[in-house]
Amino acid sequence: MTTRYAEQFQAFQQDGARTAPSWVNDARRAAYQRFEAQGFPTTRDEDWHFTSPSPIVERDFTFVAARTGDVTAADVASFGFGADDWHTAVFVNGRFEASLSSLARLGSGGRVLSLAEAWTTAPELAKRVGTVLTQPGAFTSLNSAFMPDGAVVHVAKDVTVQRPVHLLFITDANAAKNVIHPRNLIVAERGAKVTVIESHVSLGDAEHFTNAVTEVSVGDGSTVEHYKVQREGRRAYHVGTVEAVQGRDSHFVSFSFATGAALSRTNIYARLAGAGCGATLNGLYMLDGEQHCDHQTRIEHVEPNCFSREVYKGVLDDRSHGVFNGKVYVHPEAQKTDGKQTNNTLLLSPDAQVDTKPQLEIFADDVKCTHGATVGKLDEMALFYMKSRGVNADTAKRLLIYAFAADVLEMIEQPEVRESLERETLERFIAREEELVLSSRGA
Amino acid sequence: MLDIRDLRATVGDKEILKGISLKVGAGEVHAIMGPNGSGKSTLAQVLAGNPAFEVSGGHMTFEGRELAELAPEERAQAGIFLAFQYPIEIPGVSNAYFLRSAYNEIRKARGEEEVDPMEFVGIVEQKLQLVDMHADMLQRSVNVGFSGGEKKRNEILQLAVLEPKLAILDETDSGLDIDALRTVADGVNKLRDKHRSFIVVTHYQRLLNYIVPDHVHVLAGGRIVRSGGKELALELEEKGYDWLVEPAGVAG
Repeated sequence: MTTRYAEQFQAFQQDGARTAPSWVNDARRAAYQRFEAQGFPTTRDEDWHFTSPSPIVERDFTFVAARTGDVTAADVASFGFGADDWHTAVFVNGRFEASLSSLARLGSGGRVLSLAEAWTTAPELAKRVGTVLTQPGAFTSLNSAFMPDGAVVHVAKDVTVQRPVHLLFITDANAAKNVIHPRNLIVAERGAKVTVIESHVSLGDAEHFTNAVTEVSVGDGSTVEHYKVQREGRRAYHVGTVEAVQGRDSHFVSFSFATGAALSRTNIYARLAGAGCGATLNGLYMLDGEQHCDHQTRIEHVEPNCFSREVYKGVLDDRSHGVFNGKVYVHPEAQKTDGKQTNNTLLLSPDAQVDTKPQLEIFADDVKCTHGATVGKLDEMALFYMKSRGVNADTAKRLLIYAFAADVLEMIEQPEVRESLERETLERFIAREEELVLSSRGA
Repeated sequence: MLDIRDLRATVGDKEILKGISLKVGAGEVHAIMGPNGSGKSTLAQVLAGNPAFEVSGGHMTFEGRELAELAPEERAQAGIFLAFQYPIEIPGVSNAYFLRSAYNEIRKARGEEEVDPMEFVGIVEQKLQLVDMHADMLQRSVNVGFSGGEKKRNEILQLAVLEPKLAILDETDSGLDIDALRTVADGVNKLRDKHRSFIVVTHYQRLLNYIVPDHVHVLAGGRIVRSGGKELALELEEKGYDWLVEPAGVAG
């Protein structure tokens, strides 16, 4: 199956790749060789035990370097989380679309560039692409072999970018049968602060494959909040990796929200490589029909006195299949590590399936690490409580499903993202308007 | 209003209520007292329809309807309210929305018009003062992050808004300091009238200093072992439960 990719890679080298400097194409070739050596994973690989990538491998997704698409500003606005003053970089079928983007309000310390341009316009920055990755898997290597475009976000020392940066990846009917390889780099220098929303959405119902990679360099004392929102069409395939490396006293906050795609695999990796830093990795996936959604997280405590917090929740209906694999590694030097991980799944149907696998590997002796996983149905006592107030059984059930999901959404710091996802979740389960439903924060 | 006859209830294989008979008339306040494990909270839960308990015998009729045939929400719509000993937390759902959903469901069941959010705010506002609660509490998630006292006040607020015919208070006094207890009791007293009945389940006589009952029943080993007027509560305060429980044990 990789022969097909070999042809595409050859074609890309002779065409779309040529605009980039030679050092980029050297890196692409090296990545392609790595991909060929690795080959696509199978369920015999431990990391893919519960998710077979063969539906992706078997489909003849084609890489198209040219930009296609008929996306309008109104389409973009509809994916905007209700905010109109964010810094938005729009990518249509994988390609940066300047006319749909709004980056003019960024101050002097913040930059958002198209990667395709940054190779030549900001090479010193673009050369950091690839430096965050520690153990790239086959899909990441494949992305690195192409990396045709994506966003480079740079925030200078001690600069706070006030409004969120939205990296909006839209696919439409023109993406049918295609693979896109978005490649992003987020760099927060010492003491910087930035919030980045990476969203993947579809217009229409094309069968396509998104293979995204985002590298995040979280400098000493800086804070990066990263939201990955995957709401692609029901026939889409999605593999996305977010990998962060953290400096001393930094904070990385990640939230992964996934409701889209036929099959999705999201990897969120954080390497706490400086003392006194913290990582917060939360997520929510809500599936129905035959959807399959896999999250793999890896938190690597390298240095002492760091904390990590992780809450992932899943709501699974019909015949959907959710997978959560959460790894926490604590290196021998990482004393006083404080780690907490939970994964809770709510099964709404007897045919829904979940595989949850927390993995703690601790090589330091003075640490506090806990993990827990629950799989269950709605709490009978809470249902009874609501019904005893006169609320009918169906409404009570829907409110409790919403409450289960809202519990982790409430942890989202960025208000527009939180409210927008709460509203979406509310509509999903309760299908009623309602100004009074949403509770205010900080109860 | 409520007529309980030889009521038996089990959880799993264990029989907890072993034949209880009790009549509650309109406007009456009945206190149910008893030691831990006597079945008094079970009685409250069974009346409200907690599915964890199975009614294995007897009858409980409310205004002529057999309660065992009604789902919990239908009982609430018929006018029964249970204030929980441990109110449930519902993250993400505001108190206001929850209350209004309940209020409207009950109105619908009575064939009345539903109220919109604005009207509802007006209805709730007057009730808030009754339990000395701030309007901010309405925008918070149901019981999430509430102190013990706030949870109990929130139960009484729900009672005040939903205006049941029969209110069952399950150990509403547990975990309350004296000030909170007084606030809650004052709220309840303001809701007493000649049509509304109360069943007050409590371990201690203390609450009954504030909510003065018409009748007191002592439950032990799943049966009512003694009934009397409010003075029975004082006697229990003085003597404890042992003198009543032991003979019941022999008989059982």
